[in-house]
Amino acid sequence: MWVYEKKLQYPVKVSQCNPALAKFLLEQYGGADGELAAALRYLNQRYTIPNKVIGLLNDIGTEELAHLEMIATMVFKLTKDATPEQLRDAGLADHYANHDHALYYENAAGVPWTATYIQAKGDPIADLYEDIAAEEKARATYQWLIDISDDPDINDSLRFLREREIVHSLRFHEAVEILKDDRGKKQFF
Amino acid sequence: MAKHIDDEYYQSLEQIQAADFVLVELTLYLDTHPDDQSALQQFNQYSDYSRQLKKVFEEKYGPLLQFGVSNDPGPRWDWGRAPWPWQV
Repeated sequence: MWVYEKKLQYPVKVSQCNPALAKFLLEQYGGADGELAAALRYLNQRYTIPNKVIGLLNDIGTEELAHLEMIATMVFKLTKDATPEQLRDAGLADHYANHDHALYYENAAGVPWTATYIQAKGDPIADLYEDIAAEEKARATYQWLIDISDDPDINDSLRFLREREIVHSLRFHEAVEILKDDRGKKQFF
Repeated sequence: MAKHIDDEYYQSLEQIQAADFVLVELTLYLDTHPDDQSALQQFNQYSDYSRQLKKVFEEKYGPLLQFGVSNDPGPRWDWGRAPWPWQV
């Protein structure tokens, strides 16, 4: 089970209402390389990954849920005071027509999240290489978001999240090496 | 009815976020380096530090952890009171 902690992993400050920026950030909320996909991918893969790396998938998957909450907080704060006109001008008219100010698991272009974004191959090396690729794609997405953002407070939180993708990628690389070392010992299952 | 949030709330919360970040980072590191004794020692040190910070914070602002993990709810049910993390 999980225990909720009533705090964000890292502070999320918002300078001002900015629905256009919120729309871009949705890429990391319900996009293919976003935080929802990351959390669900790792937490689902952990059942069939070798024991030596279950802990890592469990813990990174859990941290991704905290990142999902940070992105949600950014989107919520950037849009909560926006008028329908402001949302329309920011390209969120389609979103407003269906969801009002509610959040929804969709990408920046409004495409709903789908499980086809993630894989569970049952092959530990294949799964871990997917995880490494996912972290690198998420890191790149954070870079593009920082480049396009005009909110210095949001950028501070985005830089934190970009850094976490780098650390996760490094840990997944180490997990691959741990499994390769085991393979060299000719253990048969 | 929301709890009163002052500057100290944000300062205390940031101290907790900083201490807990060390714990997240060390957790992932120890997942792939379980035999690193100095990392384990640092983990224990920050775990104690985080617990101390949270004890002080919770006395003033209510429980941080769900389902009785923060084990002193006080004389009234404080858990469901605002603010939630996305509201501050």
